[in-house]
Amino acid sequence: MHELSITQMMLDLVLEEARKNDAARVQAITLVIGKMSGIVDDCVRFYFDFLSRDTIAKGARLAFKPVPAKARCRECGREFKLEELKWVCPGCGTTCIEIVGGKELYVESIEVE
Amino acid sequence: MEIKVLKDILSANDQRARENRALLDEHHVFTVNITASPGAGKTSVILETIHRLKDRITFGVVEGDVSSSIDAKMVGKEGVPVVQINTGGTCHLDATMVSNALSNLPLAKIDLLIIENVGNLICPASFALGEDRKVLVASVPEGHDKPHKYPVMFSQADVVILNKMDLLPHTDFDLKAFESAVDGLSNKAQILRVSCKTGEGIEAWIAWLLEQLPAC
Repeated sequence: MHELSITQMMLDLVLEEARKNDAARVQAITLVIGKMSGIVDDCVRFYFDFLSRDTIAKGARLAFKPVPAKARCRECGREFKLEELKWVCPGCGTTCIEIVGGKELYVESIEVE
Repeated sequence: MEIKVLKDILSANDQRARENRALLDEHHVFTVNITASPGAGKTSVILETIHRLKDRITFGVVEGDVSSSIDAKMVGKEGVPVVQINTGGTCHLDATMVSNALSNLPLAKIDLLIIENVGNLICPASFALGEDRKVLVASVPEGHDKPHKYPVMFSQADVVILNKMDLLPHTDFDLKAFESAVDGLSNKAQILRVSCKTGEGIEAWIAWLLEQLPAC
């Protein structure tokens, strides 16, 4: 159900941008979704079809740009990808890790006519 | 025509959360957002907190559940103003739901507002409500691997209450693994070992809470 709220908020944001640009139709939406954001693409697609059915965004193509989870070691400062979400710094072996990437959740662009 | 948007999908919620915070600050209400998985003991922690502090400070409670008003009734028996939000399937509270709840609470008469979020360690991490502190209640029977399974939630917590410590001898829960995982993910969270059943550690929780509260 997480995706239902997120998709509604995304649609509201897209429609607002479309309105500001006097668009008659939204053809495509590009979303940037971090691996740690907990968003499942297919759920967003499913809800989007339902929520957008009476709007100018009906039928818009959704493109998802994934962002990998990235961490920074609090001990040695090394930045690394959280492959398989292993919570150990590959540099110094500590588990003091800060999540610095992968929580992204934004609308990058829309295509309108 | 392509339009660059670059706007956070959660920005509308974040904005509403800032408005909630401003309203709460205006009324000098300190607010904690309590998150946990279902059954970890959020309501027990809230009831213990009210029992121990109701002679010293005034409370308000917002109860978030998918359905039912079981929790609100329990808290209401303590003579505390409480608003139940039934999310009707939604797995988290959002700032708008809390905003509606705030308009039904006597804010001028509340020192500490406790928001009990829906039992879930995933979505509530994304939705700011306007709180001053985030409290995460974990519990021994859930297992010591939860911090790495729900890292975003644990990394945001200001304090982690590990509840049901009385059950520790009956489980394979690895206390050291749990605490080092929490320490690793969060630079700030204190870990408090608590049992609402026996009262163990409740004093430490109350002391932590009172330290956070502005002088009242």
